[in-house]
Amino acid sequence: MKNNNTYTISIYSENNVGLLNRISAIFLKRHINIESFSTSLSEIKNVFRFVIVVELEEEKVKKLIQQIEKQVDVIKAYYHTDEETIFQESALFKVKSSSLFEERHIQNVIKDSHANIVVVTPEFFVIEKTGFREETEKLRKDLAPFGLLQFVRSGRISVTKSKMGISDILNTFKKDN
Amino acid sequence: MKTTENKISENPTKGIKISGAEAVIRCLLAEGVDLIYGYPGGAIMPIYDELYKFQEELQHVLTRHEQGATHAAQGFARTSGKVGVAMATSGPGATNLVTGIADAQIDSTPMVCITGQVGSHLLGSDAFQETDIIGISTPVTKWNCQITKASEIPSVMAKAFYIARSGRPGPVLIDITKDAQFDTFDFSYEKCTGIRSYKPVPEIDPAAIAEAAEAINNAKKPFIIWGQGVILGNAEQEFKDFVEKSGIPAAWTILGLSALPTAHPLNVGMVGMHGNYGPNMLTNECDLLIAIGMRFDDRVTGDLSTYAKQAKVIHFEIDPSEINKNVKADIPVMGSCKDSLATILSLIRKNTHEKWISRFDDFMKIEVEKVIDKDLNPTKEGLTMGEAIMAINKHTKGDAVIVTDVGQHQMVACRYAEFVRSKSNVTSGGLGTMGFALPAALGAKMGAPEREVVAVIGDGGYQMTIQELGTIFQTQTAVKIVVLNNDFLGMVRQWQQLFFEKRYASTEMVNPNFVAIAKGYNLEAKKVDKREDLDAAVAEMIASEKPYFLEICVEKEANVFPMIPTGASVSEIRLN
Repeated sequence: MKNNNTYTISIYSENNVGLLNRISAIFLKRHINIESFSTSLSEIKNVFRFVIVVELEEEKVKKLIQQIEKQVDVIKAYYHTDEETIFQESALFKVKSSSLFEERHIQNVIKDSHANIVVVTPEFFVIEKTGFREETEKLRKDLAPFGLLQFVRSGRISVTKSKMGISDILNTFKKDN
Repeated sequence: MKTTENKISENPTKGIKISGAEAVIRCLLAEGVDLIYGYPGGAIMPIYDELYKFQEELQHVLTRHEQGATHAAQGFARTSGKVGVAMATSGPGATNLVTGIADAQIDSTPMVCITGQVGSHLLGSDAFQETDIIGISTPVTKWNCQITKASEIPSVMAKAFYIARSGRPGPVLIDITKDAQFDTFDFSYEKCTGIRSYKPVPEIDPAAIAEAAEAINNAKKPFIIWGQGVILGNAEQEFKDFVEKSGIPAAWTILGLSALPTAHPLNVGMVGMHGNYGPNMLTNECDLLIAIGMRFDDRVTGDLSTYAKQAKVIHFEIDPSEINKNVKADIPVMGSCKDSLATILSLIRKNTHEKWISRFDDFMKIEVEKVIDKDLNPTKEGLTMGEAIMAINKHTKGDAVIVTDVGQHQMVACRYAEFVRSKSNVTSGGLGTMGFALPAALGAKMGAPEREVVAVIGDGGYQMTIQELGTIFQTQTAVKIVVLNNDFLGMVRQWQQLFFEKRYASTEMVNPNFVAIAKGYNLEAKKVDKREDLDAAVAEMIASEKPYFLEICVEKEANVFPMIPTGASVSEIRLN
């Protein structure tokens, strides 16, 4: 692949049933793989935000954005490079409780990684780590020898350094109508 | 005919308690719909029951297959400029709409499809005739929505019509569960005037207009390619004024055909794979390419890496996603071309480009000698498709709506058919849907009943939706149906001849007695296979006031030229 870069696509949209399908269909039609995907409420009431990470040439990302914005229920879509955003991922690690007590080293791993222990039960405990991919990935590798019962990592969530201006777009609509 | 018990409310916005099914009908009437195409079935029966009650206000045309309903709705939309409406039941009824929806999406045809769905309590249970039509239709609709509550019907229907017709038009599908059709609610209707997440027409940027005007005024060899955007934007007059004042030669894409009369001195013909010689060759010679309401389809551009590289490109476009999609626009001019062309007119200098236009004439002389003369004045015994089109031109005085299917006959018809009025060329351009023409012609005639509508169809595509002869007979819609029969899937055969060393894999057809079939549907029908009989046969067909079928047997292995082979440059166009 030529000149692929990591881009974070941010989509502000209405929260309508089926929109997720409509957006994913745009990627499918162009045979583009989604590296990571997350959706949540945004800073604006009743407006949802998708954060999608792709590895693509910039020209293709631009065209993707045009196709996404074309969708009726999409208010605005943007793409940004890593340098233009602040982004994090969360990971959860489920480990046997016995290893916490029997393997002294695991305590150092947890301490060094600045991870949090969120649940402890007689059978297992759960560690949470939020950070960059490299950090959660390092913790995963460090914990692997102790036997991971479960591991999960969230999609990237990201905010941009620059202003998004969604409220301005919505206010313009109110003014015109 | 039964008199309707439920007269339409004088004020459709006044609240009254009615069923969801009746609400659907009232919404259609409030949107000015008086004609729909469809096919009943279990999950949409409540709506059909209301159609029975409202049959005086709203005509329902029963097609013989749901695909026919969509193509008829498309044909209706294309000649009337209104939104076409098609209706079907759940499951197979809904999936049968998909080809027509995909066709309408790629050709930007305003259409609203309404499907019945199983009851909401059964959704996801694999119930009888349940299919996820929302999921299936998502990639091929401008918008779609499932309704599970009767009270949602008015607002969703209003949105559907607004979205289908505004901006760049397209198909919308509304899926209504059976319980939502039965439930009653307080009905009131308000037309949709805007959606906050949707901007149908971008604002015109005066700076872009000024920049474009300067480029136009400075160009030595400017060239216009226009598409369907001119027709969809009702911008024919503004476009003609622009062409005439600027004096710039203008060529059309297949869907732009008829926006400017064929005989207009600045109309230099068609671009693209089977377009005219000059427009294709000179695309790679012009210094300014002015694209208006067209989308640089691959069948228009050929190889993009050698397409108009020497030219500055101005792109008049309503849909921002088309800018830089295939061809980089040096000067994008966003907005409806009706407004942008009207705005730019005062900024451009009156001009003539005689020397430049003479280049088109030179290429046309070559094309006439090498291609057109052979098509229209053949020395061989077999009839050519071109001769058939010329006979239709003659007897319709070049003022018919020509509906074509897909393939050789389509290319020949678009090359040779004459037009004096817009909205006269109805064809499946982007999707290339064989089987489109027969049902589309039915809709086209209903959308423009005062006009002569001639469907020109190949023997292959005709048999894909031949059952719609039943609909034409039942409705006595006076379409003229011409099948150009070469007993082959001609375009595929042509490719096999040119690029697959004449290995005619599954392209030869043993055809039925088409005249007998048409007569079986009680249509007037005739067959002609001799040159001396052609003129009289076409004259008789056009003179008929009823639906009429004419089979014209043509040369079996004729090829359509000029031709740009796939992946070749527009300037590598072949004349033989």
